[in-house]
Amino acid sequence: MLNKNFYLILIISLVFAISFWIGLNVNLLPAEASINAPIYDELFKILFIIGLIIFIGMTIAVIYSLFKFRKRNDQIGDGIALEGNLSLEIIWTIIPSIIVLLIGLYSYNIYDRMGGMKELNHNHEMMSSNSEKIWAGISQTSDNEISKNNLSIEVSAMQFAFLFNYPKGNFISGELHVPVDQKVSMKMESKDVIHAFWVPEFRIKQDIIPGQPTILNFTPTKVGKYPIICAELCGPYHGGMRASIIVEEESDYNDWFNKNKKTEVNL
Amino acid sequence: MTTLDSSKEIQKNNSEVNETHEDFRMFGLITFLIADGMTFAGFFAAYLTYKAVNPLPDGAIYELELPIPTLNTILLLVSSATFHKAGKALLKDKNSDSQKWLFFTAFLGIIFLICQLFEYFHLPFGLTDNLFASTFYALTGFHGLHVTLGTLMILIIAWQSRINGGRLTSQNMFPLEAVELYWHFVDGIWVILFIILYLL
Amino acid sequence: MTISIDPQKTNNESLQPKGWLRYFSFSLDHKVIGIQYLVCGFLFYLIGGTLASAIRIELASPMSDFMPRDVYNQVLTLHGTIMIFLWIVPVVNGAFGNYLIPFYVGARDMAFPRLNAVAFWLIPPSGLMLVASYFVEGAAQAGWTAYPPLSITTPQSGQIIWILSVLLLGGSSIFGGINFIATIIKLRRPGLKLMQLPMYCWAMLGTSLLVVLSTPVLAGTLILLSFDIIAKTGFFNPVLGGNVVVYQHLFWFYSHPAVYIMVLPAFGLVSEILPVHARKPLFGYTTMVFSIMGIVVLGLVVWAHHMFTSGTPPWMRLFFTIATAFIAVPTGIKFFNWVATLWGGKISINSAILFSCGFIINFVFGGITGVALAQVPFDIHVHDTYFVVAHFHYIVYGGTVFIIFSSIYHWFPKVTGKMLNEKLGILHFIITFIGFNLCFAPQHWLGLNGMPRRVAEYDPQFQFVNQISSLGALMMAISTIPFLINVFHSLRNGRDAGDNPWDALTPEWLTSSPPPVENWEGEAPLVEEPYGYGKQFSEQNKNI
Repeated sequence: MLNKNFYLILIISLVFAISFWIGLNVNLLPAEASINAPIYDELFKILFIIGLIIFIGMTIAVIYSLFKFRKRNDQIGDGIALEGNLSLEIIWTIIPSIIVLLIGLYSYNIYDRMGGMKELNHNHEMMSSNSEKIWAGISQTSDNEISKNNLSIEVSAMQFAFLFNYPKGNFISGELHVPVDQKVSMKMESKDVIHAFWVPEFRIKQDIIPGQPTILNFTPTKVGKYPIICAELCGPYHGGMRASIIVEEESDYNDWFNKNKKTEVNL
Repeated sequence: MTTLDSSKEIQKNNSEVNETHEDFRMFGLITFLIADGMTFAGFFAAYLTYKAVNPLPDGAIYELELPIPTLNTILLLVSSATFHKAGKALLKDKNSDSQKWLFFTAFLGIIFLICQLFEYFHLPFGLTDNLFASTFYALTGFHGLHVTLGTLMILIIAWQSRINGGRLTSQNMFPLEAVELYWHFVDGIWVILFIILYLL
Repeated sequence: MTISIDPQKTNNESLQPKGWLRYFSFSLDHKVIGIQYLVCGFLFYLIGGTLASAIRIELASPMSDFMPRDVYNQVLTLHGTIMIFLWIVPVVNGAFGNYLIPFYVGARDMAFPRLNAVAFWLIPPSGLMLVASYFVEGAAQAGWTAYPPLSITTPQSGQIIWILSVLLLGGSSIFGGINFIATIIKLRRPGLKLMQLPMYCWAMLGTSLLVVLSTPVLAGTLILLSFDIIAKTGFFNPVLGGNVVVYQHLFWFYSHPAVYIMVLPAFGLVSEILPVHARKPLFGYTTMVFSIMGIVVLGLVVWAHHMFTSGTPPWMRLFFTIATAFIAVPTGIKFFNWVATLWGGKISINSAILFSCGFIINFVFGGITGVALAQVPFDIHVHDTYFVVAHFHYIVYGGTVFIIFSSIYHWFPKVTGKMLNEKLGILHFIITFIGFNLCFAPQHWLGLNGMPRRVAEYDPQFQFVNQISSLGALMMAISTIPFLINVFHSLRNGRDAGDNPWDALTPEWLTSSPPPVENWEGEAPLVEEPYGYGKQFSEQNKNI
């Protein structure tokens, strides 16, 4: 009996060890390039490890039973007439409930750290009458004072392109340039059908909806060029609806901004 | 041909089987009415969401006149009562009384539909004018469709309850009971619709 | 109770169309209707599978080079619609439900045989109409979700035919649901208690409740959508002041329960198959029943988790996260109970049990990614990517379709009186299992790394993984060959099955194979312990 328990504990700890090792060492995600990304990856790792423990455990149990309890040629008759075990069933009701509840609370905490639970105050004064129409998005900044320092950009999406309007510079760009380590606040609206703004390296996505502006705030942390992908079926060229986001040092960004601003004025 | 014959036989055998059970046709009808009610629930949910979230453009008219719909509400409530009378009469084998009540119920249903159409023609907005107008016509139109269907069924069972050769008797009450339940359901939906659409 | 047998019954049987003709007639026999559902569904599965192959061929290379882009969108729309509304829902509900439920409740037919036949005969015309819409002016191309405004702005005829077809299929589904509820609640043989019913009855009861409560909402929504397309109203058209998010709420109010409409019957079927081949009672009958009902209740209040990125207020996101994650609890109970059913049994390793165990492994995987997807912050990254595609194929293919095959291996002897070939069956399982995992497991990585779904072209760095996936799809296509050979070969030359080749205890095995027109020669047997393996088997055997 002791022997049996020993093997059981050995197998369970092996499953845990393997799951933790895979969860901590196998990276399935792209580069982290925004404040959101490391927070997201933290959640991903936890879910990945818990998932692996359950999956590997269940798979071993199924394959083991198929092997161990298979009917040998010489056997006749039935298995044991076991119709249930109340305490066992209560255990595997309560433990998953607790795990699920903890995951829910944890992901709520993650979402809060991403800024998802905060009030969305972007351009609140401008949206006088139908401010209630702005619902969605992630907002790391809720205070108006911070949002004054934000780089605010108006995004409009159409079949099959994104356009980025820089109100401070009064120009429109097909490429999104942002300075590194600075909060960016975007108000997005679609001109025709539903699109979505997705930057995999930033771990953010928000649908761009016609007739209902949405908001997305983020802070890039790594200089580089990343794809902006439309993630909502929007027509035949949906797969080709791409743009780039270029995260650069503040001085480079200011150069680019002033250059575009000037040409706009000269024109 | 052979198919039909055999299916009739199976049907016959089946009804034989069913006789030993309690009558579950009413149960099936109730399930269907729950499903039908969910369609209305979807429409009501859409209407209320629109009302809360999508303000109408300036100058849109959505003040509804109350007299006609109030009259319609009374018509339908009375018709539910008269239908009930018809059932009671049939139970006492007074077929001709039952038939009179049924025709009167159908008559009320037709008046309701005429009033509804009258209201449509005198409303200041059309189907595509704005969101409120579209939902208004969708809801009342879908309900009107139910009333039309109900009125036709009442006329059919009224004809069936004629004294000589009619299939509706106190022994075979199911068609009347089924249509009656349907009619009460349609009335109930109208009351909810009246409150949500006209009063709120 | 005694059910009188019509003395003329033998004459009636001779009047019925014989052989294959029966299956093309407006038959009222629940067994004929069940087979009609299955064969019709399988033909549409082959069409949907061909479309899936076309998608995987297109995605074998990064460029959009195999078919025009709008045709690609039509193909993916038809693939989704056909697989859901014409293969999985009709087969896992209609086919097995119609065949088995009357046996399980001890009846000679469904409660409303005529309604039942009507429900089936709605399916072939609407399915053919849907496929034919491709040849008219192009099929619908807004995806199976038909989100407006895209569905309003794409070519109209295809979208209207799509709506009409889905409305008819929804109607068929509602009629079926009403019939199942009435049969299970009202047509039970006297003496048979609810808690003695085989688990599939409970699964079908739960499924039918979902069908009856949620499908009408989809019907209403699609009617409004067709108004927007034909009459130019503005329910979902932002140009005319409409609100596109309202459509998504109404649509997912049906379409999330639709997932349970697709998997709950599979849960029921696997609960029938495992005890028979493991020679053990179903573990935890009562908790299984409660978990089905728990899934039904929770399934109705989680729809907005499909809309975490589409503009919903924060409180709504939080509520739907918690509610969705909690579905894992009743679902988990069922899986633990199935493993406990296997534990300590005397398991015959055959195709049916292999497909069932394949189902358990695949579905656990899909369920884990499902719990992850329910978390708002997680979903925000992977929503509408190949991660989601992989997740729901693990649920509906790795889950339900595996169980459909398992059920075919399990009930083929009953339906035809012939055994299927086990070697071909195991070959079928191995190719399907490897092909399926090869096709869909890599797609999780694709989604996490930046490949959105429903695209005809993608970044070159994803090419290798996509080709692995396409290879898996090829294996899945090949896997139908041993299956079809097996079925056609066994129909002619298969070993005779006898009445009860598996020594099973559920009522359908207590009659001849194939069963007579009214299911039993005499009175319907009263099976109080459908899972009484290991204790009652010998007694029951004597009674037969």
